[in-house]
Amino acid sequence: MVAQSQVELVRTDPELPPVGVVERGPAPPARRVGLVVVAVLGAVAWSVLALVRGEHVNAVWFVFAAVCTYVIAYRFYARLVESRIVRPRDDRATPAEQLDNAKDFMPTDRRVLYGHHFAAIAGAGPLVGPVLAAQMGYLPGTVWIIVGCVLGGAVQDYLVLALSVRRHGRSVGQMARDELGRVGGVAALVAVFVIMIILIAVLALVVVNALAQSPWGVFSLAMTIPIALFMGVYLRVLRPGRVSEVTLIGVGLLLLAIVAGGWVAETSWGQDWFTLSPVALAWWLAAYGFAASVLPVWLLLAPRDYLSTFMKVGTIVLLAVGILVARPEVQAPAVSQFALRGDGPVFAGALFPFLFITIACGALSGFHSLIASGTTPKMLEKESQAKLIGYGGMMMESFVAVMALVTAVVIDQHLYFAINAPAGATGGTAETAAAYVNGLGLGGTPITPGEIQQAATAVGEESVVSRTGGAPTLALGMSQVLSSVVGGSGLAAFWYHFAIMFEALFILTTVDAGTRVARFMLSDSLGNLPGPGRRFRDPSWRVGAWLCALVVVALWGAIVLMGVTDPLGGINTLFPLFGIANQLLAAVALTVVTVVVVKKRLYRWVWIPALPLVWDLAVTMTASYQKVFSAEPRIGYWAQHRAFQDARAAGEQSFGVAKTPAEMDAVIRNTAIQGTLSIVFAGLVLVVVLAAVVVVVRSVRAGGLPTTEDPEVPSRLFAPKGMIPTPAEREVQAQWDARAADRVGSVAAR
Amino acid sequence: MSDATAVGRRTDARGRGVVRGIVRAGAAVRWYTTTLLGDRDYARYVAHLARTHPGAVPVTEKEYWRARHAEQDAHPSARCC
Repeated sequence: MVAQSQVELVRTDPELPPVGVVERGPAPPARRVGLVVVAVLGAVAWSVLALVRGEHVNAVWFVFAAVCTYVIAYRFYARLVESRIVRPRDDRATPAEQLDNAKDFMPTDRRVLYGHHFAAIAGAGPLVGPVLAAQMGYLPGTVWIIVGCVLGGAVQDYLVLALSVRRHGRSVGQMARDELGRVGGVAALVAVFVIMIILIAVLALVVVNALAQSPWGVFSLAMTIPIALFMGVYLRVLRPGRVSEVTLIGVGLLLLAIVAGGWVAETSWGQDWFTLSPVALAWWLAAYGFAASVLPVWLLLAPRDYLSTFMKVGTIVLLAVGILVARPEVQAPAVSQFALRGDGPVFAGALFPFLFITIACGALSGFHSLIASGTTPKMLEKESQAKLIGYGGMMMESFVAVMALVTAVVIDQHLYFAINAPAGATGGTAETAAAYVNGLGLGGTPITPGEIQQAATAVGEESVVSRTGGAPTLALGMSQVLSSVVGGSGLAAFWYHFAIMFEALFILTTVDAGTRVARFMLSDSLGNLPGPGRRFRDPSWRVGAWLCALVVVALWGAIVLMGVTDPLGGINTLFPLFGIANQLLAAVALTVVTVVVVKKRLYRWVWIPALPLVWDLAVTMTASYQKVFSAEPRIGYWAQHRAFQDARAAGEQSFGVAKTPAEMDAVIRNTAIQGTLSIVFAGLVLVVVLAAVVVVVRSVRAGGLPTTEDPEVPSRLFAPKGMIPTPAEREVQAQWDARAADRVGSVAAR
Repeated sequence: MSDATAVGRRTDARGRGVVRGIVRAGAAVRWYTTTLLGDRDYARYVAHLARTHPGAVPVTEKEYWRARHAEQDAHPSARCC
């Protein structure tokens, strides 16, 4: 059977064993049978999800549909992308091999790098978006998460990584400048900056909404700061390099902090100290973001990162096992009335484009391009491993998003809307919320105020009404799934706060790292200006660092404050902006990729990056257009703006959900800011796309243009390509191992 | 040799196999976690230095991590949502 597949050994030096193994030809029969089985199982799972009506679907089918689709897509589509566009060459040394300095450039075992890359791309995003999108039913979200990933998100991540690996690990902003020219490059850089600000702001808003009025949650999260400081000092002074040791201690303390939060929330002083209003929490978060971005990395950022990497991998495994063991039944309809009418309370707008905006992370996330062109390419051992890391890493994030969707659709649907509709609609109390959701026409048994209150009490919270932002819903769903596996109702409150805690932990990690990155981008840009601004270029100038950090925090902090005080509900109005921003970044990344493919004259395969690019542009531009020009106040920022302005001019004292003139002014101001941001985002991306069109036309006329790929350096290193080495790869690895043992032996003999 | 001892020996062998499997899985988890978090980075640096600059004296583990963190201080990397 081995004879059937052709194995080609790649060598760069006759003295050395091969540096690569290329295997062509048909797969062995056992694997082909396996693929057929996977395909059939996947088809059955999809049929169940799409066709079963009138009875509850089991959540396990989501897992099967997702995993089977990933396997088939990885085996066939990722391979097509690899052989037609990426064309990896294992005789070329990667930046990690060429520039190995045992610090940032460092060839890293592919399985370990997979973990690193996953921890860097996945955070709270894939957990929040699908929960909100659940208002449209389970089917549209599931289809978009899985199909969007295999044809869009994973392709973007993979291609950006492959591009960056051939360019010394340069960032997507720099690559845009190199490939698109000055105008496109500058627009891309500005877009990255403003998009980062809105991203941090909306994530911070999710934390605020999850923790406001929750002394338990606030205490647990506040404790993560002293825990991180302790870990930082431990590693710096006591036992440098014992990272996993201190992480285990940290995780232990973290679990203790969650349990202790329950005790503290019972005491009167605990309630006094840790019950914070949304506005107070927003100020605390801004203060934290500032401190974290100017403090040395070893003290706060690095230990937090260890904790959140560990928690990320751990919790996701826990959730997957929980779903498979508990096998909960889905309560949501396949396609809800809101999907058809586009008037849902969680987010406004029709299925197209707003479902695809709400779920960005998990399907197609532009922010990944910053990771795939930042840290990861500097650690890749072999070019051929980019498929596993880039495409495979995104599949894992997509899987996380599917599980998040499952947790939102297995809870009672009346409860779901009571939690996720803005306070303006639910009225904020269990009684008014029950009346509101029972009037939505959801079908099934109506909910009583007592049941809503019971749901809150069961998880140790005062109230769950209008706890928007996705995190409380996810936590409630997770608590339901996990407590049915471990601990029963006695542990429901623990699991709820465990889920809130890890989401907040991920978000804070993104907030402080993001603030730091944005601070550096700002000081770099200021440093490039002529005149006194030059001083900003010096990273050791503390005043400059603090000024830039202050500006960055003020920018996102203002948006968070705007969100928490927004009478219309901050998540409701700001989340679409977050999704649009993230996907516009994807448009920038995919544009850069497409231009490179055209420059290399791979015209036949240009559809591979162009397909997600065109789709993404259609989604983001339609959404931006509606957000700016729609006459429907619930959708269009400016329509809302004018409606409130007119009401104010007519001398009205309240209008819609705004109960006072001051609240009306707030809506007028907020909608103006949001509308302006929408225009700026879309405008910047259009500049990038137009610059790209110019380059594409020039390239086609010239019959191809040179790209900025690095010159080739022959590789002197071998590593297997996929997660599990093939027999041929094992043989080559054995040759390298024997050679290493030989050399150690000969050194010892001397 | 009676059947009973043969069966006993076989169960014994299987038991040892299971224990060996668990030990191996534990070692794999330990290897993965420590490599992922960075416990082995210093050893890797020492080996790297020995390979690229034979004879050079490596800095202490404390110094190595100070340099790593200083590097991170100067070149921050983003985390996604």
